[in-house]
Amino acid sequence: MLDSHAQTDRIAEILQAHQGLEGPLLPILHAIQESFGYIPEAAVPQIAKALMLSKAEVHGVISFYHDFRNKPSGRHVLKLCRAEACQTVGADAVADRIRRALGIDWHETTPDGRVTLEPVFCLGLCACGPAAMVDGRLVGRVDEGVLAEVAK
Amino acid sequence: MKLYVPLDSAAVALGADRIAQAIRDEAAARGVAVEIIRNGSRGMVWLEPLVEVVTDAGRIGFGPMTPADVPGLFGDLASHPRALGLVEDLPWMKGQTRLTFARVGVIDPLSLDDYRAHGGLAGLERARGMSKAEIVAEVTESGLRGRGGAGFPTGIKWKTVSEAPGAQKYIVCNADEGDSATFADRMLMEGDPFCLIEGMAIAGLACGASKGYVYLRSEYPVAIRIMREAVRIARAAGILGPEFDMEIRVGAGAYVCGEETSLLNSLEGKRGIVRAKPPLPALQGFLGRPTVVNNVISLASVPVIMARGAAFYKDFGLGRSRGTIPLQIAGNVRFGGLYECAFGLTLGQIVNEIGGGTASGRPVKAVQVGGPLGAWFPPALFDTPFGYEEFGAQDGLIGHAGLTVADDTVDMLQMARFAMEFCAIESCGKCTPCRIGSTRGVETIDRLARGDASALPILTDLCNTMKFGSLCALGGFTPYPVLSALTHFPDDFARAKEAAE
Repeated sequence: MLDSHAQTDRIAEILQAHQGLEGPLLPILHAIQESFGYIPEAAVPQIAKALMLSKAEVHGVISFYHDFRNKPSGRHVLKLCRAEACQTVGADAVADRIRRALGIDWHETTPDGRVTLEPVFCLGLCACGPAAMVDGRLVGRVDEGVLAEVAK
Repeated sequence: MKLYVPLDSAAVALGADRIAQAIRDEAAARGVAVEIIRNGSRGMVWLEPLVEVVTDAGRIGFGPMTPADVPGLFGDLASHPRALGLVEDLPWMKGQTRLTFARVGVIDPLSLDDYRAHGGLAGLERARGMSKAEIVAEVTESGLRGRGGAGFPTGIKWKTVSEAPGAQKYIVCNADEGDSATFADRMLMEGDPFCLIEGMAIAGLACGASKGYVYLRSEYPVAIRIMREAVRIARAAGILGPEFDMEIRVGAGAYVCGEETSLLNSLEGKRGIVRAKPPLPALQGFLGRPTVVNNVISLASVPVIMARGAAFYKDFGLGRSRGTIPLQIAGNVRFGGLYECAFGLTLGQIVNEIGGGTASGRPVKAVQVGGPLGAWFPPALFDTPFGYEEFGAQDGLIGHAGLTVADDTVDMLQMARFAMEFCAIESCGKCTPCRIGSTRGVETIDRLARGDASALPILTDLCNTMKFGSLCALGGFTPYPVLSALTHFPDDFARAKEAAE
């Protein structure tokens, strides 16, 4: 974890790197999340000042989008597709078994901080579902076997 | 030895990266020099990972490959257990008319030389010798309609932007392909990114726009990587430059941002809230300036139209649905994937003949056409020809041409409930019918599930309100899957009633 000075400096760097873009807020938020794993609360006033927005506006944008998180995820992020094409090949049953095995529901993290489970609506793998994404890696025809990849 | 191993997301999700590595390892162990080209997918997802080996006779396919099948590629190819023969001769490939997807799966997606050698940039070169009005007229004449779902004539939209006053105009590509059962945009961007770039550059010439954006969803990491690399290469080669340049922007997981006005707000760095129309984005779009917002496939269809002429393209299709459409056959289906053909095949031909029926082997019960906001079609309507007006006449839509096949184990009441639940999760919240209606819809369907038949007229009334009172297609079209499930599969709703009694 970075100390607060290092964090402020890193965010300032990101803001600097996005100067001159038209509509820079989403690229900035993506860069911050990539850097820290989430959007730290302290980033909000810093971004607001740089872009001449209110803190409420920045907060409103962060909270609107499913991708942005305001606290760190587990060591692994497991996203399971819940959309129709995957449902027709048993995605719901797979998700139920995985939720039971992990002992958590959607959007939750296991108490040991190992896995965060998130729903996703379509990974574009609709002809080889059920689909999943494990730490950014795509998996087709997924089943409980995927749990081995998030075991550590 | 030269091989093709797809980098396409579906192929990778089924192990293509591991196959590529196994080939490298095996070749190294044998001391054989190999050249592995990571291509797009041919669209036969049930055969992925599909490896192609270049021979004197042509490219021979092997699939679906497992690492254990790799050593055999270095032996007698004809007797390999996964050998499929020449890929071009496979029935799935021969039955298609690949215009927009002509190069996908064939070329190295990031080789400009390959792109040029397969007809790329001919459209842009022709457009450079034409006036703005001539380019617009050519696209209008082709009959191309928005492939994102709305089906609005592309040429008319371009004309509005082209003639709009304004020093700065934009071409925005909607690559927020969030509909379940759709992956044509993804496959095109991963398999032939220069085609989209060329289409956007032509749109830029036609409209006098010097800047373009691709709004690409974050769920597509491979497409993002390939598009960014392709833009860099195109810029270095002078295809993009001061006359027209573009950026790839990544979405953040909001389905509603596939709606054009919501997309524009998101691109501006705001919440993805839908804007009321008018003003049209063509006149006041990105940053309030004249903006073309087109789907990936619409823009990627432009280079072939410009290269071969409007008449050539228009010659395909039926009625007012001209040209070709990349069908995406998905869900519980035996042969799933992408199949580009002229409009006009019947739904039954698509599902049963091309798709081969269900993967489970059980009877097909319903097919959802056009994504989560599309209607469910029963086999009784399988004679409906694939076209914008033809599906509209059956209270459905073709949308982005994705089809979700479901077998007889699907519970249509649950699918109707899911449609409402999805709308509630993804609603931007701007208009009441969508924001509140979707939540009330879930509750009303739950009443039906408990056997409360008095909820039925409330549900149809609610759907009516959402359909006519919502600002955009999210709230406006969610009734399609709900009402079609109710109309065509009343037993699924009645069965719940009996269970409660």
